[in-house]
Amino acid sequence: MNLYYILFGILSILAIASALVTVTSRHPVKSAMALVVHFFMLAGLYLSLDAQFVAVMQIIVYAGAIMVLVVFVIMLLNLGSEEIDRQQYQLKQFGGIVLSATFGLALLNAFLLNAKEPHFFPVHPVAFTTAQAIGQELFTNYLVQFEAIGILLTAAIIGAVTLAKRKLI
Amino acid sequence: MQNIPLEYYLGLSAVLFTIGTVGVLTRRNAIIIFMSIEIMLNSVNLTFIGFASYFGDTVGQIFVFFVMAVAAAEAAIGLAIVLALFRLKQTVYVDEVNLLKW
Repeated sequence: MNLYYILFGILSILAIASALVTVTSRHPVKSAMALVVHFFMLAGLYLSLDAQFVAVMQIIVYAGAIMVLVVFVIMLLNLGSEEIDRQQYQLKQFGGIVLSATFGLALLNAFLLNAKEPHFFPVHPVAFTTAQAIGQELFTNYLVQFEAIGILLTAAIIGAVTLAKRKLI
Repeated sequence: MQNIPLEYYLGLSAVLFTIGTVGVLTRRNAIIIFMSIEIMLNSVNLTFIGFASYFGDTVGQIFVFFVMAVAAAEAAIGLAIVLALFRLKQTVYVDEVNLLKW
């Protein structure tokens, strides 16, 4: 039992708990706040995996930009608490839970039970997680994809404005 | 973190993905379904980062970068659709929207 395990335990338990609150909460704002906690816990897990750049990006993009968008839409729509679901819907919910539990068991089986011995992280001498290394890779081998992402985001912005605007002109 | 096996991260990611799936399949509120999709995307990102750390490869993190960009685009479009839907039907509950259902 060392400090790493304690840190991992706290981060993962909080991540699972906040994900559960997000999924089960009746009020969308409560869900959104739990999701912010979830994003921060995942950023901590990325830090524990030496991925500093991605951890910072997680906080800026997810906890910053995307969550602001979600909370803004909740505010615009003036959503309150959801009422209790009807009987006919509860059967579908049960089916959904069974399906996803089966899927989760299959995933866990593939990830955990097939491993003969635990795979510990090897020590890598080269710094491969720094912003410099990522930028190097991004602007050489993945330059075309990087530019395509720019086009995709522009298209998304234009599409969002077109969809959300009442009348274009 | 040299002391924790890779399997712990993969198991955590599987659990989070399952929670996200439960949210997508059981909730009626379109915005909460949307947030569940974000949980699923994030759990996949965790797997990417875990393997990137394990193999000492930068490409896993590049893919996380792309996933985040696509998630941002999806957030913008998805929420715009929810807004347009609310304007049309005054509801965000997906079971009350059955325009394409027969």
